[in-house]
Amino acid sequence: MNTPVRRLSVLIAALFAALLVASTMVQFVQSKSLDDMAANKRTLLDNYSRERGAIVVADQNIAASVKVDDQYKWLRTYPQGKLYSQITGFYSYAVGNPYGLEHTSDDLLSGGSDSLFVRRVTDLLTGRQTAGATLDLTIDPKAQAAADKALGNNRGAVVALDPQTGAVLAMVSHPQYDPNPISSHDLKKAGAAWNTLRTDPDKAFLNRSISELYPPGSTFKVVTAAAALENGIVTDENSVVPGPATLDLPLTDTNLPNETGQPCGPNNQTTLIHAMEISCNTAFGSLGLDLGGEKLRAQAAKFGFGDSLQVPLRVTPSSVPADLNAPQAAQSAIGQYDVRTTPLQMAMVAAGIANGGRVMTPYLIQSVRTAGLDVIETGKPSELSQAVSSRTAQIITKMMVAVVDNGSGARAQISGVAVAGKTGTAQHDPGKPPHAWFISFAPASDPKVAVAVVVEDGGVTGSEIGGGRVAAPIARAVMEAVLR
Amino acid sequence: MTTTVEPLNPPTRRGLELVLLIVAVAIVLLAWVTVDLNRNDTVPANIVPVAGGFAALAVVMHLVVRWRAAYADPVLLPIVVVLNGLGLVMIHRLDLARGELGVDGDAYRQLIWTTLGVVLALVVIIGLRDHRLLRRYTFISLAAGIVLLLLPLVPGLGRTVNGSRIWISLGPLSFQPGEFAKVALTIFFAGYLVQTRDVLSLAGKKVLGFTFPRGRDLGPILVAWVLALLILVFQKDLGSALLFFGLFVAMLYVATERVSWIVIGLLLFAVAVAFALSAFSHFQRRVDLWLDPFSADSLAMSDQLAKGLWGMAAGGLTGSGLGAGRPWLTPFAESDFIFPSLAEEMGLIGGVGIILLYLIFCQRGVRTALGVRDGFGKLLAIGLSFSVAFQVFIVIGGVTRVIPLTGLTTPFMSLGGSSLLANWMILALLLRISDQARRPLPAASDNPLEDAAPADVTQVVKLR
Repeated sequence: MNTPVRRLSVLIAALFAALLVASTMVQFVQSKSLDDMAANKRTLLDNYSRERGAIVVADQNIAASVKVDDQYKWLRTYPQGKLYSQITGFYSYAVGNPYGLEHTSDDLLSGGSDSLFVRRVTDLLTGRQTAGATLDLTIDPKAQAAADKALGNNRGAVVALDPQTGAVLAMVSHPQYDPNPISSHDLKKAGAAWNTLRTDPDKAFLNRSISELYPPGSTFKVVTAAAALENGIVTDENSVVPGPATLDLPLTDTNLPNETGQPCGPNNQTTLIHAMEISCNTAFGSLGLDLGGEKLRAQAAKFGFGDSLQVPLRVTPSSVPADLNAPQAAQSAIGQYDVRTTPLQMAMVAAGIANGGRVMTPYLIQSVRTAGLDVIETGKPSELSQAVSSRTAQIITKMMVAVVDNGSGARAQISGVAVAGKTGTAQHDPGKPPHAWFISFAPASDPKVAVAVVVEDGGVTGSEIGGGRVAAPIARAVMEAVLR
Repeated sequence: MTTTVEPLNPPTRRGLELVLLIVAVAIVLLAWVTVDLNRNDTVPANIVPVAGGFAALAVVMHLVVRWRAAYADPVLLPIVVVLNGLGLVMIHRLDLARGELGVDGDAYRQLIWTTLGVVLALVVIIGLRDHRLLRRYTFISLAAGIVLLLLPLVPGLGRTVNGSRIWISLGPLSFQPGEFAKVALTIFFAGYLVQTRDVLSLAGKKVLGFTFPRGRDLGPILVAWVLALLILVFQKDLGSALLFFGLFVAMLYVATERVSWIVIGLLLFAVAVAFALSAFSHFQRRVDLWLDPFSADSLAMSDQLAKGLWGMAAGGLTGSGLGAGRPWLTPFAESDFIFPSLAEEMGLIGGVGIILLYLIFCQRGVRTALGVRDGFGKLLAIGLSFSVAFQVFIVIGGVTRVIPLTGLTTPFMSLGGSSLLANWMILALLLRISDQARRPLPAASDNPLEDAAPADVTQVVKLR
């Protein structure tokens, strides 16, 4: 019986060899690809057990990891609660990190980024626990707080830029939410908080300043004026433009009326600067007819329409539709029809005019620091495009100052400072009040801040009053916060 | 039948066993202390009584073996101490993760079962002076084996756990009688086959170079097959069915030395698999999970295999360190998945170590089968060794995706009293047989027929 016993012992050895091969496959050969599977919670837990980098505004943490005594080791906290919720997003074991910088800069914050490779190697050698990088933001906390306060209970968004660099000084979207409960390690509580946020009819999770598209209304007249000046349709602010009570649109039965029902000047004519002050629809509609859709679209593109920007938050591209016929071009020239823009994009328009026609690429991260305080990345100003000549920019600035000094934007006045601005009232749903808009920059001579404000359903139908009454004071508050 | 030529006074190797035991206990204690240092930054408070008790169990076993089975294989006991100890450490580690401490913990119960396992092994070694005595109980073993197997099917007694009806409850105690049926049936197979091996191996027709048995001699294998099928159908326990049938075919092959039995066994097995796959969606699902455990469908159906594999992958080559991983994320981390739990924290290196310990254990059992002189002992030793080897293959192969996952306990490691007791009994039987295998022959005049005696001669033993 010994021969079959020996053969059986070979079989036993073969069975165990199969187990050794299989273990080696799982734990050595395939371990990386198994670790990387999306459904693998262990990898997520590993990230949680590392100290995640902080997000900092003017030396104050707006997101930080705090050591706690549970299996996740680090709790993500947001000391300012709601104020920065749409910028930071949240970092939750229960839900993940689908929004904000927690999402887009995850590699840096978690310490997994390639730019932190050297750091990781030294950490490995010295036995130090690898920590993520800290992000210093460009946000001016005074401007952020002012924007938040001024926007109050309205739904809407405020973006403030430094026109000379593109640095984002304020980015507020209302309504906000508190990221702390969703990031809780009490998974039930986190799940409930997430459910509330997810099903919120007002979409508080949405960063309206970069992710929501609105019709720009009359604020888009700045782009139309820029196109008309650049293309030689008009020569300067005093050029005479048509201004009837109603503009007859070719090809259609519909007309383009002024909201007041009055002509913009005697003899159905007016100057460009007056048309801007009173936001004359027929004058800019007629410029749109003269320009045609493509030139309007090309000018908008120079301000950044159509670009996919990452600041590094992903910005939804704004758009002017292609292949506009004449009436559509006239409608688009006053910011209606299918022109859609983010508040950030309109802030870039204001900032481009403020900066002598040069649009700077917006950015939110001033610097990236490792746990050892070495700066590994710095946000450097870069030019996105020369949208208009400096002469055109000067003329438009003059007109926008007039809007604030004599026109619809009077509520944006700051004593002792020349403010340039433009109101807007954008129809979006016949059953609802229009959105109120305001874009501005100040001081007009040496601009330090450019702002775009949109207040959802904040306007008054059939009137330019909304933008001036509701949105302009918010812009003023933000500009004051930056300038003072 | 050949026997190895032994010197007149071979060494007992008890000294070696003691040294290995000290190493084994040291490994287990080191593992335990590592867990508590990693989890709580402290050495366990109850280290002195528990470690002392654990070491005492090992020492008592050693002393009794020295007294009653002096020539027993010196490697078997230390390996079992390491395996049982690491199982305890992992169960304790999972207790810590769940906050179940002291008498609430699974480790506490498992420690009591370990003690009972040692006591059972001592009873077997002291009470059973010669393994050949078991031959008297061949058919009692058969009856016991079948009764134990069928007990879970008795209404009111049996319980269905995770889809398989292999448990019985007696008041607060629950019990997997199949683990003991394995031992009983191995004794029966050995006793039965040693009687009938001549008939089963000699008569037959030659077809295609194989000598096939006569139709009427197919009876036993068919009975075993039907029994396995019954387990499959009524208890939905694929692992046990595979284990019993594989064990029987292997022992049949050893007894008859005829490959044709393996061919017949494999054919019957194929028929059973085809039947199971077509008749039960349960088995089809297991195969799907085996082929692609990570697809969305599979994960929605059952993610335990995937979680176990992720755990092992997270451990990688060197492991997270005992107490520093997350084995509790895998369901059944303390029973069916105790190998992935240990491999996560001890790494590929630790996992390979555990597999090699099982391999050495089984190969020492094979050596015992080669060395022992009587046919019954040979069959019993190879049967017990093969049952452990095959069971390890089925369960660890299941969690490492060599074969579809079927529920079986990991010998000596899994949480569960019946499995521990049955496996300590297997250890005791192997120690007893290996003692017989290595014990020097009594003077020739004492027992002239011993070596040449046909294996089926039952004798009253007078070896001492």
